[in-house]
Amino acid sequence: MQRKLGFAALALALLGSTAIAHAEGELNIYNWGNYTSPEMIKKFEDTFKVKVTVTDYDSNDTALAKIRQGGHGFDIVVPSASVMPIWISEGLLLESRPDQMENFKNVDPQWVDVPFDPGRHYSVPWQWGTTGVTVNKSAYAGDINTSAIFLDPPAELVGKVNVVPEMSDVMHMAVTYAGGEPCTGDKAILKKTRDILIAAKPKWASMAYGNVEQYIKNDLMAGVNWNGASFRARLGNKDVAYGYPKEGYPIWMDNASIVKDAKNVDNAKLFLNFIMDPENAGMISTFARYANGIKGSDAFMPADMKGAPEIDIPEELKAAGKFNLACAPEIQEIYTKIWTELQK
Amino acid sequence: MARQFSVKRLPGFSTIAMICFIGLYMPIVTLVVYAFNAGTSIAVWEGFSLRWFYSAWNNTQVVDASIRSLQIAFCAAIVATVVATMAAIATTRTAQYRGLTFKYAFINLPLLVPEIVTAVALLIFFSQIKVYTGYSGLGYLIAAHAAFCIPFAYLPIRARLESMDLTLERAAADLYATPFQAFRYVTLPLLWPGILAGMILGFVISLDDVVITEFVKSGGQDTLPTYMLGQLRRVVTPEMNAISTVFLLLSFAIVTIFFFLSRNEKTS
Amino acid sequence: MAISPAEASEIVRKKDIRSRWLLSAPALILIAVAGVGPLLIVVVYSFLAPGNYGDVKWEFSTEAWFNVLLSRDIFDDTVTLADAHLSIFLRSIQLAIVTTVLCVVFGFPTAYFIATRPIHTRQIWLFLITIPFWTNMLIRAFAIQEVIRNEGIVNSLLMGLGLIAAPIPMMFSDFAILVGMTYVFLPLMVLPLYASIDKLDFRLIEAAYDLYASRFNVLMRVIVPLVKPGLIAGSILVFIPALSSYVIPRVLGGGKNLMIGNLIELQFGQGRNWPLGASLSVTLVIIVLFAMLYYVRNASRSGGTHG
Repeated sequence: MQRKLGFAALALALLGSTAIAHAEGELNIYNWGNYTSPEMIKKFEDTFKVKVTVTDYDSNDTALAKIRQGGHGFDIVVPSASVMPIWISEGLLLESRPDQMENFKNVDPQWVDVPFDPGRHYSVPWQWGTTGVTVNKSAYAGDINTSAIFLDPPAELVGKVNVVPEMSDVMHMAVTYAGGEPCTGDKAILKKTRDILIAAKPKWASMAYGNVEQYIKNDLMAGVNWNGASFRARLGNKDVAYGYPKEGYPIWMDNASIVKDAKNVDNAKLFLNFIMDPENAGMISTFARYANGIKGSDAFMPADMKGAPEIDIPEELKAAGKFNLACAPEIQEIYTKIWTELQK
Repeated sequence: MARQFSVKRLPGFSTIAMICFIGLYMPIVTLVVYAFNAGTSIAVWEGFSLRWFYSAWNNTQVVDASIRSLQIAFCAAIVATVVATMAAIATTRTAQYRGLTFKYAFINLPLLVPEIVTAVALLIFFSQIKVYTGYSGLGYLIAAHAAFCIPFAYLPIRARLESMDLTLERAAADLYATPFQAFRYVTLPLLWPGILAGMILGFVISLDDVVITEFVKSGGQDTLPTYMLGQLRRVVTPEMNAISTVFLLLSFAIVTIFFFLSRNEKTS
Repeated sequence: MAISPAEASEIVRKKDIRSRWLLSAPALILIAVAGVGPLLIVVVYSFLAPGNYGDVKWEFSTEAWFNVLLSRDIFDDTVTLADAHLSIFLRSIQLAIVTTVLCVVFGFPTAYFIATRPIHTRQIWLFLITIPFWTNMLIRAFAIQEVIRNEGIVNSLLMGLGLIAAPIPMMFSDFAILVGMTYVFLPLMVLPLYASIDKLDFRLIEAAYDLYASRFNVLMRVIVPLVKPGLIAGSILVFIPALSSYVIPRVLGGGKNLMIGNLIELQFGQGRNWPLGASLSVTLVIIVLFAMLYYVRNASRSGGTHG
């Protein structure tokens, strides 16, 4: 009996201890998992005497669903460019005017007038990257700057291709490979896209995340991949190269923004300004290994990231990269149907 | 052939059991080995090192998430086991009565609904409560976990009850034991293996849950699985192996303590 | 503590149904809040229109239900059976059934082995079954990958022993999914079975041997009927989670083919069609509910002589 009462008391104590009181000087960050540099957070905490709590999410859709429902208690959220228009149009973000903040001068001009937040009234660049193709040069010596690597794999690569199961990225690449614009409603193009994907699928080994190890160990020889993952694979296997498909490839960018019903707006604004400082932005990139949008931050990044071919897009292939933006609902529905049919 | 005939022995069963145990522990061994990897990979061996244990220990997010996972699993398993035991007693060893089948189906319902569905629905439901009450503690996660642990605790307990006979309890009643005494000294000890099985299942299931937790958690409430989920798209380092190894050690420690406790009980 | 005299006397006399309701009330309430509430929301959502970017629009629509079974071709508007959904459902059901069978094949002897150990070591064996599950599911899936990879433990071992010349490819196949799911769900079979076998009255088995029954006959005619409650419980606990499992098919199966769990997740996630996700979920629940009722009814009818 006593033991049971003990359990009950313990359970109550646990419940009580975790209902954190809202003390002064707090900041609640809701960000992608494994994405927030602890050193940078520590520095922010020490500088401004603010207690920072970082909570992870694993997809834009989870984050969106959660903030939309309310009662979450988050101040900062870091949505991807693709969903930024939804966040803004649904009134989920505070118009915090980062463009008027002190450190805004450090933002690289190419990331200021972005289509998803023109003039940066809501958000600050966190990190950005591309989705392209990873190829092991020892298996295939031809041109790697093409989506044909996974949509029409050369004989050497058949059965050794992995496609990350990220619908919008893969569809973006497939549609542009078929000759269309991303999010096109052109039925002829979409039909061609579907046929290309379905014909290519038997030549793939898998559609999975977390493939750095397999590229290092030569289990996989090619595939759709993020530039950062490809970069890490190259550090373990020098044959691994990263290609930017000339037909078209998606650029993604995650953007730190303040939630509309944030409780700690002042601290959140301090934080946005803080991460536009080159040194702090450099810390973010050092941790998560993607580029940020802040000028002069390279000076604070590890040497192996400087001039890395996965980060510096070759001049002649820059134009092929386009922001991956959310498609209109009716187009999205068609994409989902093609995607389901592909994986039935 | 030389072995003595035993009614309990069934040929091949021990062999299959051993294959099971080896199979269960083979991945666990690789997992533990790579926790000591000097390199950053969970599959390429680069020499022995304790760096990932240091790094996990210094990673406050990981340490907090681990403790939180254990707290939730512990509370949820206790709650689920207690209510499931009561429900199991209420739904077994009885003539069919109105609502019995209904109860049975009802109790197993959390098992039937896909996790993502429960997750989205609980998000909608709990968010409203959070907005109205302002409480955003671990209670929501414990309630959600306890609910989906109930069938896992209920089914083994019920199975145990169904294969138990009533004579002992009747005998106790005949000897003027109060119903509570009969329960405490007769039913409960007999039921204990079922309860233990149910509680372990509930604990382990809660410890592993990711989807529901991901949707229900409030700020600062990451558990180990949700922390791990965030890593899936980026890169998995042996840090996770190191944490898992610590969890394994912890479970071994608990088993050992449990073993000595139960031995003392026997001897006293 | 929670048991008042009135309730416990009911246990002994099996009369008062009201107290049976009281006793099960906490479980029922908890499930009503965190289990049934969600289901109702999902049923309602399945009759709404999808919101533009996730969520729902509050207007009545049967479109989602139409899309579960039928498919309007995106290019020529012809309506056909939704073979993509059907094949995903069928595949998932097949894999879940095979997983359940494999769990019985491996779990029954294991549970029997544990239950026939000396009393003070039983709990140790029981814990040994569950200890691997103190590690995270994802990291466990990666560890299984390490065992069955081309250069993994199994292949290296077989090649080292000279049994095979080239590695057997096991990763990214249905085989890998089955290995993974059996691994993950095995304790869900072993524990309920153990709880049943532990109560086995070996005098009955002795009697059977005295009557010259063979080992096989003793197993099938005596032991299995006696432990049927545990077998039923274990099968339910394995079959249903296996049917909607999500992580294992992704990590070990290579994710080239969706399972129901992935399909539903897709609609709530990247597909942003919550009503379709909801109607697919309700369909799944209905299938499972019928399968379970059928199974339980049949099983209790044929094994209803004891207890």
